[in-house]
Amino acid sequence: MASVAFRDVRKSFGSTHVLHGVSVEIPDGEFVVLVGPSGCGKSTLLRMLAGLENITGGEILIGGRVVNQVPPKDRDIAMVFQNYALYPHMTVRDNMAFSMKLAQAPKDVMEREVLRAARILGLEALLDRFPRQLSGGQRQRVAMGRAIVRNPQVFLFDEPLSNLDAKLRVHMRSEMKELHQRLRTTTVYVTHDQIEAMTMADTIVVMEHGHVRQAGPPLELYDRPANLFVAGFIGSPAMNLVEGAVTPDGFRCADGTLLPLPRHARPTPGTAVYGIRPEHFRLDPHGMPARVQVVEPMGSETQVVLRIGEVPVTGVFRERIAARPGDLLPVSPDLRLVHLFNKETGERIAPAMEETHA
Amino acid sequence: MSAAAEPHWVHARKEPTALARFFDNKAVLVIACLFPAVGLLTVFLTYPLGLGVFLAFTDTTIGRRGVWVGLENFQYLASDPIFWGAVFYSVFYTAVATVLKFALGLWLALLLNQHTPFKSLIRAIVLLPWITPTVLTAIAFWWIYDPQFSIISWVFVEALGWRTENFNFLGSEWPARFSLIAANVWRGIPFVAISLLAGLQTISPSLYEAALLDGATPWQRFRYITVPMLLPILAIVMTFSIIFTFTDFQLVYAITRGGPVNSTHILATLAFQRGIPGGQLGEGAAIAVAMIPFLVAATLFSYFALARRKWQQGEGND
Repeated sequence: MASVAFRDVRKSFGSTHVLHGVSVEIPDGEFVVLVGPSGCGKSTLLRMLAGLENITGGEILIGGRVVNQVPPKDRDIAMVFQNYALYPHMTVRDNMAFSMKLAQAPKDVMEREVLRAARILGLEALLDRFPRQLSGGQRQRVAMGRAIVRNPQVFLFDEPLSNLDAKLRVHMRSEMKELHQRLRTTTVYVTHDQIEAMTMADTIVVMEHGHVRQAGPPLELYDRPANLFVAGFIGSPAMNLVEGAVTPDGFRCADGTLLPLPRHARPTPGTAVYGIRPEHFRLDPHGMPARVQVVEPMGSETQVVLRIGEVPVTGVFRERIAARPGDLLPVSPDLRLVHLFNKETGERIAPAMEETHA
Repeated sequence: MSAAAEPHWVHARKEPTALARFFDNKAVLVIACLFPAVGLLTVFLTYPLGLGVFLAFTDTTIGRRGVWVGLENFQYLASDPIFWGAVFYSVFYTAVATVLKFALGLWLALLLNQHTPFKSLIRAIVLLPWITPTVLTAIAFWWIYDPQFSIISWVFVEALGWRTENFNFLGSEWPARFSLIAANVWRGIPFVAISLLAGLQTISPSLYEAALLDGATPWQRFRYITVPMLLPILAIVMTFSIIFTFTDFQLVYAITRGGPVNSTHILATLAFQRGIPGGQLGEGAAIAVAMIPFLVAATLFSYFALARRKWQQGEGND
């Protein structure tokens, strides 16, 4: 096991700059998820850590050792690919033993290690099958088995669940988290799915356009997004973001609708963005009248698309909503959980919002 | 909902005409679709093949309808040293040329699979020997091997001064045999290289990356990833290559006509020599029929030894 550090890491392909100085410190044993939309450079960063891409600038450290010039096989890492990259002409056993075979490990050691990994993942019955004879979830497990067998210092996962169907994905998610809690190996996991990031990570690193937008524990990113990008990216359904200006009366939207602000919010110059998560609206007989557009009952909660004045917002309520499209529903935002952002810089307006969280 | 009052537009369904119904009939369709293929195969494949096999059992000559003589032609050939010479050279020619074509073709394919500048241009150039008409190739090599005007001799004698006399490529047995093999290899490499290149490109790059992380050296990646993944395509390309080489006619006939002293006859040229200029159609046909067992054996070998790999089959094959 080892810590991992990226220090001002840069990457460019020709004149295209993909990463603009990424710095992340990953303590030993932590599960870190790199998340961002496609093209944000998260996979490139992972491949640089694996040694599959060279490093244009900066330093990557594994266990305190700079590995910029270390070939992949000597970095003591194991990687699970998006398409699993199982060797199709080898059985599950041979797939898992391949790295040891190349290292000329003794037969009995090979067999013991393969069995150990197979037992962890419940693959004992499948050892003599070929990858083609396995289901998607089983192949995924074999790919993890191949990584576990090597006892690496760091596990790397490149969107490992994106080829699975929705139900299996949820299952593998908890299986992988449970595996990490058992093995305690430092893990770097890349995904574009913020739900995977929220549910699995000790630390989430949100990336966009080759920059780190925010890094921290999942709930911290959820509760205090540092900028508009993180606010919009983390959470589903996404946070409502409304443009307007902070005035002494409240938050005045572009169409004149007034949204309530916490008492300590002070007017700021320029355009601001008002952020409120859908689940932070509540039904309130004294609230703002909102016109119901669409009602989406989920069973456990109800998602409602509303229009406050001319401003469209989404609300999620634990109550079952009987309202029909066109009805008026009085709602009010939880003022402790309102976020304000600067429109130009995208940054959170911190001094105005010293709210406390429950 | 004002639109509800208006009548919906309905796509008009026309009744099919009698002709359309006729062509929609499954039996008619089956016959109509099969007829061209079956017709072509019958006229251009089954008939000539059947006629050839039939002629092999007769003593037909040009201008005289023969009679059925059973295995007489084959018995005669069995005691004919020139026939056995042609069998030997056919096998030798095919074996040596195939090994060389695959060694060089695979090497070329691996080179072309790398990221090189002008990749597509180089690939197009590589195909040139293959798209040149065979007879042009033969004439070019005929000049290259010419005892007086050979460019190779010129390079060694005039340009480099390493030799005092010209090479005699086609004048004696073994040099002539190897000269023909060289010409065949030159002509055959592109087919092998381009086919194997297509095979190489189907191998997922992430397999190589996984092997790299597993600690494989370049040789080990070739040995444990490239070769097994390429085997099925290799088998098919090899089958085709063996068949093309074994049945080659144009190169050999155009360059040496089987000479000197019948040393470079392969079965196809000998069959032609005996059958057409020699007039012994029955005997020529018997030589041609004698190629069939070799071709069947070569095909079965590649098919069973190389192509039927367990891992390629789908589920349910434990």
